[in-house]
Amino acid sequence: MALTALRRALWSLAVVLAAWGLAFGAGAAPEQPASTSRVPKPLVETGKGDKCVEDTQFMRRNHMKLLKHQRDETVHRGIRTAQHSLKGCIDCHASRKTGSVAASNENFCQTCHSYAAVTIDCFECHASKPAPGTQQSRAPSRATTREIVAVIQATP
Amino acid sequence: MSEPRKSAEPVSRRGFLGIATAGMTGVMLAPGVELIEVAAARTPDQAVGPQVRWGMLIDSTKCASGCTDCVTACNTENGLSGGSAETDSQWIRKIDLKDLRTGRAWSLPMMCQHCAEPPCVDVCPTGASFKRADGIVLVDKHTCIGCRYCVMACPYKARSFVHETLHDQKPDVPRGKGTVEGCTLCVHRIDRDQQPACVQACSDAGHGAIVFGDLNNPDSEISRRVAAHGARQVREDLRLNTGVRYLGL
Repeated sequence: MALTALRRALWSLAVVLAAWGLAFGAGAAPEQPASTSRVPKPLVETGKGDKCVEDTQFMRRNHMKLLKHQRDETVHRGIRTAQHSLKGCIDCHASRKTGSVAASNENFCQTCHSYAAVTIDCFECHASKPAPGTQQSRAPSRATTREIVAVIQATP
Repeated sequence: MSEPRKSAEPVSRRGFLGIATAGMTGVMLAPGVELIEVAAARTPDQAVGPQVRWGMLIDSTKCASGCTDCVTACNTENGLSGGSAETDSQWIRKIDLKDLRTGRAWSLPMMCQHCAEPPCVDVCPTGASFKRADGIVLVDKHTCIGCRYCVMACPYKARSFVHETLHDQKPDVPRGKGTVEGCTLCVHRIDRDQQPACVQACSDAGHGAIVFGDLNNPDSEISRRVAAHGARQVREDLRLNTGVRYLGL
């Protein structure tokens, strides 16, 4: 008896988890979640890149910690690696429609934050859109001394 | 007395040879490449260190009266409105001075002097106002509570307070209501081995009145010119050891 009850509980848990996964793991275009609930679920727009810099589940729980750590490293120590930078997130996750991560409730950051009723303060100061011509600016315009030194040192 | 340990030597012979070779490499590839860039060479994952001290040398004899290219470039680079209302942020401004007896006039830009002993850092109650290891004085706006003590403490009136909600900030220059801000020496440009926007603009305008570089490196152009011409600091009496120096004052 107890085993049957446990199995039933596990099955219902699995169904709930599957619905949750569908809701968050929407494809290239945001779709209506397969939930029949009247409660709206966040529709996550996918970014430009193939995959995120970290595992999706990890990012859902820890993105704020990574951003906070990176922000102190950048402001105080001048470390500007792209891996966990807010600018890097925005470059990849900006909406194709609005060009922003927080301009409308469907945009990447805003969709979960409005669902969870957590205000984002980042974009009071930070731009929520990538710089115009971000793709061009990434391409090296001219060799820096650092690159030249690296090439020289790599040459036997 | 015990023998001094090998590891206690500040630089081993082999290490010294390595450094010397690296230095030689820098010098040898120098034609067309300025030495300050070698000093700045640092990968994005390396923290800034106190071996570099960024500074500017402003030659007031070359600075043209009426030219505001540096101010315009600063506004464009950092997304400032450029307005002249009392509540508009101003990171750099042009000043015209005149000696009434002799009639001699000077024109020069004035901005955060990036002091070695910054009064704004002394008075900040939250630690938001700080000096980076390479000498750049900044505001960590995540920690700033907008009390404006630093605005009052600065002898150069270099800090501004953001009074209104802002929109369309530059991705490299976050700015927001309720925080204090000032010249960052274009820290985002320095971190990618570029010169500050005002220096670039002055050079593009053909004046070349501002030299940017490493004050700690005796071979940099700025250090050589500071040593040769005896550059002055504004309000030297305060002994703040400013990173911005002036010639011809």
